[in-house]
Amino acid sequence: MSSPIIEVKNIAKSYKITHERGGYIALRDVITDAFKHPLRYLGSKFKDMTGLTKKEVFWALKDINFTVNPGEVVGIIGHNGAGKSTLLKILSQITSPTEGEITLHGKVGSLLEVGTGFHPELTGRENIFLNGAILGMTRKEMASKFDAIVRFAEIEKFLDTPVKYYSSGMYVRLAFSVAAHMEPDILIIDEVLAVGDADFQKKCLGKMDQITREDGRTILFVSHNMEAVRKLCNRCILIEKGVVKASGDTDEIISMYLKDPLVREKGVDVRMRHDRKGAGRVKIDSFFIEENGKKVNTLKTGGSYTLCFEYTTDGSPVNDVNATFSITAESGTPLILASTNLTKEQFATLPQKGVIRCSIDQKFPLNVGTYGVSVDLHAGENREDHVKNVAVFRVDEGDYYGTGVQTAHSPIFIDQKWSVVERK
Amino acid sequence: MSIITTIKPKKIFHFSDLRELWNYKELLYFFTWRDLKVRYKQTVIGAGWAIFQPFITMVVFSIFFGGLAKMPSDGVPYPIFVYVGLIFWQFFSSALGDTSNVLISNQAIITKVYFPRLILPISSVITKLVDFAIAAAILVGLMFYYGYTPHISGLLLIPLLLLITFMAAVGGGLILASINVKYRDVRYALPFFIQLLLFVTPVIYPASIAGAYSKFLAINPMMGVIQNARAALLGTAPINWLLLGISLIACFILLIVGIYVFKKVERYFADIV
Repeated sequence: MSSPIIEVKNIAKSYKITHERGGYIALRDVITDAFKHPLRYLGSKFKDMTGLTKKEVFWALKDINFTVNPGEVVGIIGHNGAGKSTLLKILSQITSPTEGEITLHGKVGSLLEVGTGFHPELTGRENIFLNGAILGMTRKEMASKFDAIVRFAEIEKFLDTPVKYYSSGMYVRLAFSVAAHMEPDILIIDEVLAVGDADFQKKCLGKMDQITREDGRTILFVSHNMEAVRKLCNRCILIEKGVVKASGDTDEIISMYLKDPLVREKGVDVRMRHDRKGAGRVKIDSFFIEENGKKVNTLKTGGSYTLCFEYTTDGSPVNDVNATFSITAESGTPLILASTNLTKEQFATLPQKGVIRCSIDQKFPLNVGTYGVSVDLHAGENREDHVKNVAVFRVDEGDYYGTGVQTAHSPIFIDQKWSVVERK
Repeated sequence: MSIITTIKPKKIFHFSDLRELWNYKELLYFFTWRDLKVRYKQTVIGAGWAIFQPFITMVVFSIFFGGLAKMPSDGVPYPIFVYVGLIFWQFFSSALGDTSNVLISNQAIITKVYFPRLILPISSVITKLVDFAIAAAILVGLMFYYGYTPHISGLLLIPLLLLITFMAAVGGGLILASINVKYRDVRYALPFFIQLLLFVTPVIYPASIAGAYSKFLAINPMMGVIQNARAALLGTAPINWLLLGISLIACFILLIVGIYVFKKVERYFADIV
């Protein structure tokens, strides 16, 4: 593997926050303060200069370490205020870090906003050149890309109209188009895809995809649009409260960010889940999926699986138990319900600790995707425990019919036999 | 992978900054081009304003100060006397005003894109230099009208005078711009201050009327510039090299201090602007 193209070492950024006054400070206030309390003023100035004042220091980022290899597309995700944008601002040199060091090998282009520096009075043509220069393109580069930019933005007709007369859609298209034609080695992008109508967004995503796949550019991508992140990024970094909480495989990090418990080989521990319903005489401890008696972390279409959960009772006898699994699509739409209620297989009584298994007695029918599982436990008429979205699992491409043929047109597979007979 | 960028807590000044400034010369060109292009959009007489303003000022001053108040003018017709002063003064004052506002008015770009920030004040002063050149055309006409021919040596002095004015405007402007980031008072104080400054600079009167006190006027670097501009173009007096030298050094120091202060604030102004 080649050496990393971005190395971020111990980056930290602090802001001082003063609580007394917000906004900017008027010189007048400083002067009247100085006259009213000259000693106190001098004292506080002295403290300011020597750094003795007690200002609250807020660490927007702390100990950020990561490296990115050439050609990687890394998503940076996290909740609002987690520090993503600060990190991007440091990476694009808009603000400098308080501590630490970043080494970037290659030309960096950053896109924290589309249309930075667009001037409403200038025409589309003029703004293309101005914006390009601001984004770091040379005049030669722009001249050679000019036609492509105009074509992508679909504004040929209005090229010589001041952009203040543009519709907001045209404006945004032009702005994105200029940005999309930058050719840096490293591209830093902040949430700029949330612009334009659905069609244009699709076009943007397509363009981004092309930039990454075909041109092999290294990209750092911040977004709240998980679909876009999933589509573009091969790796993700999750930032929470200014620190890197996790980094790794996109799906895994996204599910962590969305607080979806992704099924792993060791199973999903749900003892810490408090968002459960029911009387609680029986409690679900963990959930896992088995294939031939072995725990798995991903499923394949057409495989043979057993859904299992471990439980503990509080010691009192629990009788006439009904267990239910429901599998939902990522959107929450119910797809499959497996329940002892349906098969009339109630458990007369439960051991104090145990595992309840539901073996899916056919080839696994769901197509590629991410699915959620919920568990429900009833004793007689009473609900004892219910955990919604106890786990999330991924289904990968599998060979359901043993023919090697795949399809994206069928969310669910069924066993099928075909025949033809002559009609009289 | 030839370019390697290292991002660290910023030092105030580094020599690589100068090279970087050079690398971004294209952006400097575009900022200047933008300012020029946008300036007179949606106006009827367009660039005519660059001529109109100093010209009308000259006419009004000539009527009131030259004609009615009988202001002495070192033996030169008053209109041409005051006009030389005015175009240099307007170059200085408008450049100073623009530079001090440059961070605020380009806030949207500063908080989103990186480039050496010094480009902004430099481009705004270059824009003013274009205005100066346009206004100077009138001066040529005036000199023809009054039958003055400048010495070649005098014309050669003009670039040096412009350099001094440039340094004074950028140096002062950078300091004010840095203060402006934190204290917006600058925006209100400066126009007023520039107006006052006009009266302590020998624009509408010759420095000679201050008599023995004219030495104090020399504190103002623009005095050296304007006096010598008149000396060079109109031959009102021999060129005062001492005054010129002092102005040059003072403005150079002002520029260095300005850059230092600006670079110091540069580290955090994207956070607070």
